[in-house]
Amino acid sequence: MSTPVLEVKGLAYAYPDGHQALFGVDLHVHQGERVALLGPNGAGKTTLVLHLNGIHTAGAGSVSVSGLPVEKANLQEIRRRVGVVFQDPDDQLFMGTVRADVAFGPANLGLKGDELDRRVMDALDKVGMTEFVDRPPHHLSFGQRRRVAVATVLAMEPEILVLDEPSSNLDPASRRELADILRSLDVTVLMVTHDLPYALELCPRSVVLSGGTVVADGSTYDVLTDDVLMKENRLELPFGFDPRTTLPPAR
Amino acid sequence: MGAGHGHKLHYHGHSVVHRAPAHLKILTLLAFMLVVVATPRDWYAAYAVYLGVIAVVVAISTVPPTYILKRTVVEVPFLVFALLLPFVAEGPKTEVLGLTVSQHGLEAGVALVVKGTLGVLASLTLAATTEPQELLAGLERLRMPSQLVQIMSFMVRYLDVVTGEMQRMKVARESRGFTARNPRHWPILARSAGALFIRSYERGERVHLAMLSRGYTGRMPPK
Repeated sequence: MSTPVLEVKGLAYAYPDGHQALFGVDLHVHQGERVALLGPNGAGKTTLVLHLNGIHTAGAGSVSVSGLPVEKANLQEIRRRVGVVFQDPDDQLFMGTVRADVAFGPANLGLKGDELDRRVMDALDKVGMTEFVDRPPHHLSFGQRRRVAVATVLAMEPEILVLDEPSSNLDPASRRELADILRSLDVTVLMVTHDLPYALELCPRSVVLSGGTVVADGSTYDVLTDDVLMKENRLELPFGFDPRTTLPPAR
Repeated sequence: MGAGHGHKLHYHGHSVVHRAPAHLKILTLLAFMLVVVATPRDWYAAYAVYLGVIAVVVAISTVPPTYILKRTVVEVPFLVFALLLPFVAEGPKTEVLGLTVSQHGLEAGVALVVKGTLGVLASLTLAATTEPQELLAGLERLRMPSQLVQIMSFMVRYLDVVTGEMQRMKVARESRGFTARNPRHWPILARSAGALFIRSYERGERVHLAMLSRGYTGRMPPK
């Protein structure tokens, strides 16, 4: 099999205050996959995400991205390969205009001039936000800001897109628009979410993280219909939603 | 929550004053202020000329004069200080409205009020006709150290976010029946301010994480 885009082996991590969040996580994500990372609050999902681009360094075990280990020496390249979209777009969009914000990542990679402009416009085009390029981020709606946040990362042409709660706080129309965008992208996706219907819609595969370990890894349909597994890990489907009676999503 | 539209000081328009390059406007404002400050305090005719200049600029900019006048309230604390001057200054005394006040203090107070007001009016005119982003770009063109410009641009970016947060905290307090009426309520306001500070600090850390995640190495990328 080819080198996985993301390979996490026996990853354990304790915060400096002694609280251990991860107890040996194993995870492989291959090229072109869309994987949902599910789990209750406090399962260690965000901690895991912060290991993927080297914000946290592994206490034990290892993380590598397309074969490149996440280590201090490789951080710049790792952060190009792994694009993290954080939950609150106000944290992600810190520059004065959409253009400057989307350009921030590629400019850090050393791009300049026309090439930089092209990257910016391409990324905004992918999320349908080109007409807002010269607007300040705080003048956009929440859904628009979330889409620009995705563009800021796409502009770095990452090998894997990591999204932290992409559907949170979105109205149903914005949520659907974001799903359309994510489906249209030709990039590997790891999506942390509590929105199980969204996981079923977008991700053929799901990984359940609970108590700092991976407790399930399989097709999203199988995970969501495994009542015992769901109950043990405080996962619940929203009222009225049953994967068994939902039509399979268009792939 | 919904995003705010426009900055509270900026008045949208397309006049010559709006379209002039920001760095020129900043330099003009600076020069104007220096002239005003350097004017001897009893050249009252000169003050009238300065006011006329501001009035003409405002008229060209199509910003309604009341829009600018309303925003001069920022000057109030400064006026209080100027009003105190005639009472605390030394020297020969004179009488105004039956009160004995210092002659020098009175003149200094009047000059302070007039010069301060001219400065505030001119600055508000700049703010009303220039988007904050352009203003920052102007400062950058004037070779202001880029760290300072960055700090100011973060301030502009997060001003609305933080005031929005402050507003929501106020609504949450009032929804539970709290209104600050007397000094016994101050500790609660102080704790809210503390909470706001901590939230903003934590946001700063999250923003830093987001910056690191996009390859930030401690220096802003070159333009």
